[in-house]
Amino acid sequence: MPRSRSRSVAGGWPALAAQALLLGLVMLAVLWLTRNAATNLQARGIPMGFGFLGLPAGFDIPQRLVPYQPSDTHFRVFLVGAANTLLVAGLGIVFATIVGLVAGVLRLSRNFLGRALATVYVEGARNTPLPVQLLLWYSLMLAAPPPRDAIQLLPGFFLTNRGLYFPTDTIPRLEGFGFTGGASLSLPLAALLLGLIVYTGGFIAEVVRGGLQAVPKGQTEAARALGLKEGHVLRHVVLPQALRVMVPPLASQYLNLTKNSSLAVLIGYPDLVAVFGGTSLNQTGQAIEIIAMLMAFYLAVSLSISAFMNWWNSRTAVWERRT
Amino acid sequence: MNRPRAARSPIAWVRANLFATPADAVITLALLLLLLWIVPPIARWAVIDATWTGETKAACDRGGACWAVVTARWRQMLAGFYPSNQLWRVGLAMLLLAAAVLPLAVSRWTRFILIAGPLGVAAAFAVLAGVGPLANVGTEYWGGFFLNVLIGVAGMMFSLPIGVLLALGRRSRLPVIKGLCVAFIEFVRGVPLITLLFMASVMLPLFAPAGASFDLLARALVVVTLFSSAYLAEAVRGGLQAVPESQRDAARALGLGPLRTTVLIVLPQALRISIPAIVNSFIGLFKDTTLLFVIALLDVMGVMRQALADYAWQGVDAEGYAFVGLVFFLACFGLSRWSAALERRRDRRPELERPLTEPA
Amino acid sequence: MNRQVDEVTAALEITGLHKWFGQAHVLRGLDLAVQPGEKVCVLGPSGSGKSTLIRCVNGLEPYDDGRVLIQGADLAGQRRDAETARRKTGMVFQSFNLFPHLSVLENCTLAPIHVRKLKKADADARARTLLERVRIAEHASKFPAQLSGGQQQRAAIARALAMEPDIMLFDEPTSALDPEMVGEVLEVMADLARQGMTMLVVTHEMGFARQVADRVVFMDEGEIIEQGAPAEFFTAPKHERTRAFLSRIL
Repeated sequence: MPRSRSRSVAGGWPALAAQALLLGLVMLAVLWLTRNAATNLQARGIPMGFGFLGLPAGFDIPQRLVPYQPSDTHFRVFLVGAANTLLVAGLGIVFATIVGLVAGVLRLSRNFLGRALATVYVEGARNTPLPVQLLLWYSLMLAAPPPRDAIQLLPGFFLTNRGLYFPTDTIPRLEGFGFTGGASLSLPLAALLLGLIVYTGGFIAEVVRGGLQAVPKGQTEAARALGLKEGHVLRHVVLPQALRVMVPPLASQYLNLTKNSSLAVLIGYPDLVAVFGGTSLNQTGQAIEIIAMLMAFYLAVSLSISAFMNWWNSRTAVWERRT
Repeated sequence: MNRPRAARSPIAWVRANLFATPADAVITLALLLLLLWIVPPIARWAVIDATWTGETKAACDRGGACWAVVTARWRQMLAGFYPSNQLWRVGLAMLLLAAAVLPLAVSRWTRFILIAGPLGVAAAFAVLAGVGPLANVGTEYWGGFFLNVLIGVAGMMFSLPIGVLLALGRRSRLPVIKGLCVAFIEFVRGVPLITLLFMASVMLPLFAPAGASFDLLARALVVVTLFSSAYLAEAVRGGLQAVPESQRDAARALGLGPLRTTVLIVLPQALRISIPAIVNSFIGLFKDTTLLFVIALLDVMGVMRQALADYAWQGVDAEGYAFVGLVFFLACFGLSRWSAALERRRDRRPELERPLTEPA
Repeated sequence: MNRQVDEVTAALEITGLHKWFGQAHVLRGLDLAVQPGEKVCVLGPSGSGKSTLIRCVNGLEPYDDGRVLIQGADLAGQRRDAETARRKTGMVFQSFNLFPHLSVLENCTLAPIHVRKLKKADADARARTLLERVRIAEHASKFPAQLSGGQQQRAAIARALAMEPDIMLFDEPTSALDPEMVGEVLEVMADLARQGMTMLVVTHEMGFARQVADRVVFMDEGEIIEQGAPAEFFTAPKHERTRAFLSRIL
């Protein structure tokens, strides 16, 4: 095979020329698209730039973590939406991991009933599309009775058509037509969380199962041969090794959950996509800037999770076989 | 000496599998109680007290689930508003799509998937849209479950070549190509599909030259294809990495240039290795097609939501979504079983599926 | 139930051991006794059941019929008995099975700390003594992946010894090693033998068997064909099958 004359440039000069050409074409395409966009936006009377972020939004957001009033700016809308998204993502990740751990371990247990039920759950959750699950849970919750006839799921947990009430430092009690004490999740939030946790929990269960099964059988044999009891074998030998295998796919599932939280728009929870990509976009018409900001947010989350994953991998790299 | 007939009586089985230790017994009892708490009410609602036929919600007076919403509109749920006397074309298109997917199942034909796939899909489109003697049926009439299947398979088949190119580009030594591929893949995989769909429906018209309009279905297909190609690129990348370097060495020793090496030696092996990941990606894509109703496409979810919005069917949302969920569950569960079988077959006969030289 | 104390209890006593894998009759009524301090080597072609035998002795495989007594404690008996039996054996595996996420020292102290309830300082001290015995004391804080195969297997031997077993079981300890490392492991095993440990070794290393074993056992197709002192066994085997096997190997 002929050697390229210049070894300092990968592939040689012809390749460099080709890449320059490609880059030029890409930039031309971008310029063309930008010019079209500018023309179209002008024709529709839509301004360009990020100035709109300073304009008052003029609409209310019913559920929020961050203080907000309708006279606040669109930028504030972005913050409120981002906070809501991170809330759902955080809660979803924590509980989905718990559910997934239990289901994954049950899948491998000696108990037939445990194995069967875990399998039914995992296969059902993974094979039903998430939008359908979300809408199903939401429609079921909407059919809940008013607080007077609230369904008590567990002591202190009440499901009504106004929300899901749960105890904090006080227990919710019926007073008049509503509940006092405790705290509540709005129905959209409750449905979103339930759907995300059930769906992602199924995938996490498979990750857990894969991790546990990836630990070679010889490890448990050696541990048992040393006299270690089942609990110790799991805690000191199997779990640490399983965890190492599990972390990359777990991180990927966490990212999926965060992205899937954008489906909140289907059931009326004001997450980032719903308020900023929905109402703000409708009001200002500046689709390009808004969608760009949305994507930047999710990309930032995705890159953070990747960075964490790489850090974790490098920490445990010392176990790797140095061949 | 014969093996003692270990009489595995049912009682012994129950003892070993359900009550082996005190902890096991507690779990078994707890789960049984859970089942008793959940299953009878659901069975009563979904089956025993349910109404199966009827023209409006008023017909569902037995207190259980109102499945009549499904039976009354089953034709729409299957094929949208496609003219009822031309439904045979929908069936034919489904067969063509199945043929397009077939090379994935038969290992000897896998290398043809890059050709057979898009061809089969194109043929299906031709049959549906109307070509030659077949009457024209505009895309606004296409809908229902078959639309999900069509977009799912079409998206997969068109995205496979793109995904392969992206995967190859990602491994390139040329920084511009590698950079562009990585940027595209990481970008598409880092954002939710719903934002990409919004982008398609709202932003694409802004970037088009003034006056151009795009068919809604075409726009959806473009988004779905690009979305899927990024995920496929990762699936194929795994396969490319799994082909041992020694294969390339052998090809070079025989005098094959880099292009021929890739196309004739590396790619067929990489594709065969990646098949389970490719099928899993397809299952995910198929489930994602349920989001298309968000951009006003009348897939099975779009049709269902239209029905539910009808005054005649107020309040049967749960039944509608449960039905759609069940349909997708059956389809996806079947597909994932098939994928598992493919993987098992691949493990059992490694000489046919894996490269013949194993790394030392 | 324990034997009367006035007899010398056999370290290991196997009677009528049967095992099936599905329809395959892998162990056919084995009887074997190992006295305290005795070194027994088990030889045989692959598939003869020798690995299965040693795994049954350790409780890793359940057996279908027969009895295994380890210093009188029944392996399949009540929980107390079974645990005692297990604790008296130490096992060295063909594929080492060291815990990759723990250092060599931690590998050797994990079980003593959690099973024998030793304090960390005591466990560490014991472990270091053992690591010196197997001559890898300088690698104590390294991870298994950083050691060679021979070093890993020696670490595995130290790990098993840390539990102060009465019998050491070896399942083809050198079969997975590169040839130049086999010697260092066999040396450690020979040392162990000299110091009086009761050993049951499944191996292909004839030289080792000849030099170290008190008794050599030949297995084929699930049965013990012949056993005897190495001197006679290797020079004048009595059975046809033994002769055939030896002629292939030697």
